[in-house]
Amino acid sequence: MTLTSPMDTRPADPRPMDPIARQRRRMTAIYGWLLVMPALVLLTLFAFLPTITTLWASFHSRGTARRPSVFNGVENYADLLADPTFWTVIGNNVLYAAVTIPVSIALALLMALWADAKLPARGFVRSAYFTPTVLPMVAAANLWLFFYTPGIGVIDSFTSLFGLPSVNWLGQPQTALGAVMVVTIWKEAGFFMIFYLAALQTIPPDLREAAQVEGASRFTYLRRVLLPLLMPTTAFIFINALINSVKLIDHLFILTKGGPNNATKLALYWIWEMAFSYFDRVHAAAMTALVLLVLAVVAIVQFSVIDKRIHYR
Amino acid sequence: MTSLAGNAAADPAFLRIDRVTRTFDGGGGVNDLSLTIPRGGFTVLLGPSGCGKSTTLRLIAGLETPDSGRIVIDGRDVTALPPSQRGLSIVFQSYALFPHLSVEENIVFGLKVRRIARAERERKLKEALALTGLTGLEARRPAQLSGGQRQRVALARAIVADHPLCLMDEPLSNLDAKLRHSVRQDIRALQRRLGMTVVYVTHDQTEAMGMADQVILMRAGRIEQMGPPATLYETPATAFAAGFLGAPPMTMIPGDLVPLTAPGGSARARLDVGVRGEALKLMPEGEGLLPATVIASEFLGAETFVYLALAGGAQVTARVPGRDERAPGTTLSVSWPEAATHWFDRDSGARISAAAVAPSSAAGAAGPNPSAPVRAAG
Repeated sequence: MTLTSPMDTRPADPRPMDPIARQRRRMTAIYGWLLVMPALVLLTLFAFLPTITTLWASFHSRGTARRPSVFNGVENYADLLADPTFWTVIGNNVLYAAVTIPVSIALALLMALWADAKLPARGFVRSAYFTPTVLPMVAAANLWLFFYTPGIGVIDSFTSLFGLPSVNWLGQPQTALGAVMVVTIWKEAGFFMIFYLAALQTIPPDLREAAQVEGASRFTYLRRVLLPLLMPTTAFIFINALINSVKLIDHLFILTKGGPNNATKLALYWIWEMAFSYFDRVHAAAMTALVLLVLAVVAIVQFSVIDKRIHYR
Repeated sequence: MTSLAGNAAADPAFLRIDRVTRTFDGGGGVNDLSLTIPRGGFTVLLGPSGCGKSTTLRLIAGLETPDSGRIVIDGRDVTALPPSQRGLSIVFQSYALFPHLSVEENIVFGLKVRRIARAERERKLKEALALTGLTGLEARRPAQLSGGQRQRVALARAIVADHPLCLMDEPLSNLDAKLRHSVRQDIRALQRRLGMTVVYVTHDQTEAMGMADQVILMRAGRIEQMGPPATLYETPATAFAAGFLGAPPMTMIPGDLVPLTAPGGSARARLDVGVRGEALKLMPEGEGLLPATVIASEFLGAETFVYLALAGGAQVTARVPGRDERAPGTTLSVSWPEAATHWFDRDSGARISAAAVAPSSAAGAAGPNPSAPVRAAG
C-alpha cells in the first residue's frame, strides 16, 4: 500500500529511494493524514454519508418487513411531481424567498446606515436591532404567537382600540404565509445588519468627504460609492438569506405547523413531515435531493456569474 | 483651465479666515485664528501633529464648521456653505480614490455629478490626464496603480474640477522619499501653470521651505509665525519657529554661557541664544567664543554635521561644508558672526531683537508675528 499525504503534490519519483528517505516521507504522509482526520471523519459521518444514503434511498422503493426495498428509478420523483402538495410547497417557498430575502436585505441596509451614523444612543440602537438574532427561533416564534393570537394578542388588542374586527392572522390561508414572513424578516434583518455595519466601518470616511466636495448628494454617494463597495457583503448576505429561506423552519412548528390548508408549508417542513410524521422516507429523500440540486445550481451561478461583477478589495 | 486667475486684481487676499475658533472635546482644533491667503499663491500650513493645521484646512473646505468666526473665499462669505458650493477641490492624504472605479471614472466623478456634458467631460479628462502624465492608464483601478500614480489621479481629480482653490492635506506623506522630491516639483509647476491658489498642509519643514510662497507655522491651534520661507528661516519670531525650521534645527545655547551683550541690556540668564548650524565656525582651542568638545560627526556628502558639547553642558550642532575629520574627543572652540545671533526669551520663547528694545524681557517680539508669545509664562 502506498501512503501519500493529501498535501503532497510532488510527482512520484520512479527511482528507488533509500530506506531512510522513504521512512521520512511516510512519516510526513501520516502526519498529514492525522491533520485532516478530524475534519474528514466529521464531514464523512455527517455530510457525505447522509448525502449518499439519501440519494440511494431516493431511487428505491419504500421497504417493509414483507417487501424489501427495491430499485425503482425515478418513480419517487415522479410521485412528487404528481402530488399537488409539491407544487403548493414550491409555490410557497418561492414566494417566501422572493419576499423575505429582498425585504430583509433592504431593511438590514437601512438599519445599518442608521446605526452607523453619529447617533446619541448608537449602542442602544445597535443592540436593539440585534436582539432578534440572539433569540432562538423557537422563542421568537412564541413571542410572535403572542402578538398574533386572535382576540387577546397584542395586534388584536391594539386594532380593537380603533374598533377594527379581530383577525386570525395565522389561522386563515390568505394571511398565514404573510404573517410567517414577517417573523422571518424581523429575525433576519438584525443579523444581516451586523454584516453591513461591519462593512460600512471598513469604508474610509475620506471617500464620503471626497464625494461631498465633488458635490455628490447623499443619495448619489449611496448609489455610486456605498452600494458598489457593499456588493461583496450583499452577495454574501444574499446567499445566506437564500439558504435560510430553505433551511429556517423552526418557527413553523410553533406558529402554523404548515397549515392552514398547506398555506405555510415550506420545502424543509414538508420533508420533515414526510420523513417523521408519515415515515415516508423515500419520498422525503427524493425531495431532499431536489432541494440540494436547486441550492447547488444557485451556488454555481453565484460563484461563476455574480462574483465577476463584484469589486472585492 | 488657465482662466482661473481671471479677476485677480480685485482683492489680493483670496481667502480670509477671520477669528475662527473650532475646538474638540478631545483637544486640538484652532483658537481665534485669523489669516489671509493671497490669490494664486502657494501657502503651506506647517506645524507638528495636533497643531490645528489639518483642522484649518477642513474648516476652509467646509468639512468642519467653525464654533465662531468667518471664512471668506474670493469675497464671498462661505462660513455656512457646504463644501461643494465653496469652489474648491481637495487632495486627501489617503488620496480618497473610489476603489471600485477606474482612473477615468474617478477623475470625472465630480463632473458627472454636476452633469457636465459628455464632450466637455472628455476634453477636460484628456487635459487632466496629459497634465498629470496618466494617459494610457484610464482603465486601471486604483489598486492596480503605484503610490505615485494614485497620487497623480487624486491630483487630476482636483485639476479637472477647474476650481480656483485647491487644498492639499499632506499629499506626499504616503510616497517614498525619492518620489516625494520629484512630485514636489511637479505639484509646484502645475500650480504655477494653472494659476491655482493652493493651501498645502504638511509637517515636513523641507516641503514647506521648498514649495511655499508663504509659510504659516502653527502650534497649539494658533499661528506661531507667518511669512515667506526665507523670513521664517532668517528671523524666526520665536524659539519654536527657530527649532522647527531647518535641519539641523537652530542650536539653542543658554544666554549666560555666551559672552555677548544682550539687546537692550536684558539679563542674559533669562535669555537663550540661537545660532544656525551653518553659522557656527570651528576654530582651534582658545580662539573662538566658547570652548567645545567633539562628540560625534555625521558625514552627509556635501556637508558634515559635527555634534559638540559646550562647557556648560549644552549641545550644539555645527554644519561644516564638505568632509570633517575631527575625531570625537577633540577639543576646540566655536564662534559665529554677530549678525547670526538670535536672542530669545527663555520663558516666552519670543524673539528679542535689537531694534525693538522691550522694557521687560517677558514682552512680546516685534516683527511679523501677531499672536506670539503663545507659551504661558512661568
